[in-house]
Parts: sequence; structure tokens; C-alpha cells
Amino acid sequence: MEEIRLIEVKEEILSDNIKQAGEVRKRLRKTKTMLLNLMSSPGSGKTSLILQTIEGLRGDLRLGVIEADIDSTVDAERVAARGIRAIQLRTGGFCHLDAAMVTQGIDAMDVSEFDMVIIENVGNLVCPAEFDTGAHKNVMILSVPEGDDKPLKYPLMFSVCDLLLVNKIDYLSLSDFDMAALRKRVLALNPRILILEVSCKTGAGIKSWIDWLKAEVAAFKRHE
Amino acid sequence: MHELPITESILKIVLKHAEGNRVQKVIAIHLQVGKLSDLEDDWIQRYFDYLSKGTIAEGAKLKIERTPVMMRCNGCSASYETDIVRMDDLVCPACGERGGTILSGREYTVKEMEVL
Repeated sequence: MEEIRLIEVKEEILSDNIKQAGEVRKRLRKTKTMLLNLMSSPGSGKTSLILQTIEGLRGDLRLGVIEADIDSTVDAERVAARGIRAIQLRTGGFCHLDAAMVTQGIDAMDVSEFDMVIIENVGNLVCPAEFDTGAHKNVMILSVPEGDDKPLKYPLMFSVCDLLLVNKIDYLSLSDFDMAALRKRVLALNPRILILEVSCKTGAGIKSWIDWLKAEVAAFKRHE
Repeated sequence: MHELPITESILKIVLKHAEGNRVQKVIAIHLQVGKLSDLEDDWIQRYFDYLSKGTIAEGAKLKIERTPVMMRCNGCSASYETDIVRMDDLVCPACGERGGTILSGREYTVKEMEVL
């Protein structure tokens, strides 16, 4: 009988994606285009935030948008209606965007025309956290109706983000959402994360978000 | 939830190493997956069985070792193990400081394979 051999492999399963993500970052560093990956669950306000961001940055920063959607173009149409270049990626059932899909998105636009490109990732708090898209900054939205316990259920997502936007704060008076408990849970997982409270509906807190974006893009362009 | 792309990568890595080592058949593949990942072992095996049909890795058994979630204390820099369900209330066993930075628990590695 033949003998079973053991071959040492020690290879990172996601190595292709990690490599491709590095290439995306390098390429956009050359064109001085900051790539921002926006993640959240479905219905927490990603598209509404992007629409607010378009208005907030109008005249200051040139913005492009990559929309990921399982099988529709609704979001890209809403963005394009504001006069913003939007690329729609249909993920065809995929639960997340990876660096290869993002590469297709930036291939389809002249990135050197933009100061910042925002990726609207697939609505999902699980899979997008595990796949590096090549973004320079990762931002997530948690909306008040989702509850303050989400960091307990999706710790990885809260760990990989630079900024957390708590959206729909206009619902706070109607809910038992505990903002102090949320902050404590999130900061325990990720002490360097910044937390901003906003309402895309009323516009509350949007200015702090726009100011943060402007400062980050300026720092990126200075290559800090 | 994203077992399919992960399984595609596993198969690609396995076939690459098989080719370089004159392998006739892959019997088992040992994976190291961090406890922070949401992968379902059964689904990885099912996708693998489907994707590997007609290759020398067809029928190979995936053996998944779950690697622990390790934290580094933000106060005293001590490292300690935790669990996904305890991550909202992290307390450093050395100094009592709350919170920490994730050191490991996100691994996805093909460690080794048993072959003929």
C-alpha cells in the first residue's frame, strides 16, 4: 500500500485578495484618490448617507461612487440623479465585495478625476468585514432601530472600522436604545474608532461627518 | 456566509501545492480558521466536494482547527485569550483594564495536506 505523505502548505487562504487589495491602495495612492468602504446592514441608511454626503461635499471635493448590489441598479440611479459618477457592480448573489470586484469598479471610472471614491458595500454585517476591498478607510453605519447590542453579535465588523456612524438618532426618543452602552461595547472592541451620531433624515450631525471626511481626504493627499 | 469564495481559494492553493509535489491524490487538508470567522465547517466541506469533482482533490476531507481569539491589553500590553461571546466585556486578567486590541482570531490558513 502506498504511504500517505504530509505536505506543509502554510498558505493564507485569502492571500489573493490581500494582494489585490494592496494593489488597489497603491494605484489610488498614485492618483491621490481616497477610497472609502461604507458597510452596514440593509436599510440602515447607506444610500441616504451618500446622498447627504454628495450635497455636503458639493463644490469642495470631487466624489465618485461604486455601488454594490445583489441584483438591482436602484441605488446607482439615485446617486447618478444628483450628477455624481456612479458605477453599479452587480454582485450576482455574492454577500460582499472583494478587491477584484472593486478593481472592476475603478477600472470603469477615471479615478484621477476624483478626490474620493465611496464604495457602498453589500448590506451585511458579516462577510464584508472579512474581505479587504483595498479601501484606505472603513466606515460603518449602525441605525438606532437595529439596537445597541449589535457589537456583541458582529464584533469583527466593529473591530475593522475607523468610524462608526450611529444613524436615525431621530428615532432615539421612540426606542430603548442605550447610546452609552453602545459606546462602551464598541470602544471595548476598538479603542481607536470614532463614533458620530447622525440623522440622514433631519441632517443632525451630518456636518461633523462632512468635516471628518474633508480632514481625512486632506491628510490622505498630504500622504500622512 | 461566504464559504464559496473561501473554498475556491482553498482548492486553488491545494492544487498548486499538489502539482509541485507530484501528488496523485489528496486525502485530507488541514485548515486553521480563527474563531472570529463565521464559516460553517459543513458548508465548506459541501462546497469543496462540489468544486473538487474531477480533480485529484476529489473526496479529500477538510480538517478544520479553530484558532483562539487573542487580545492585547491596551493598558499593560499583556496578551490573553478570550471568546467571541465575551468580547463585549473584556477585562485584562493581568491588570484589570477593560477593552483590548485583537491580535489573532481572524486566520484563514491552509496548514498542511495529507497526500498519496
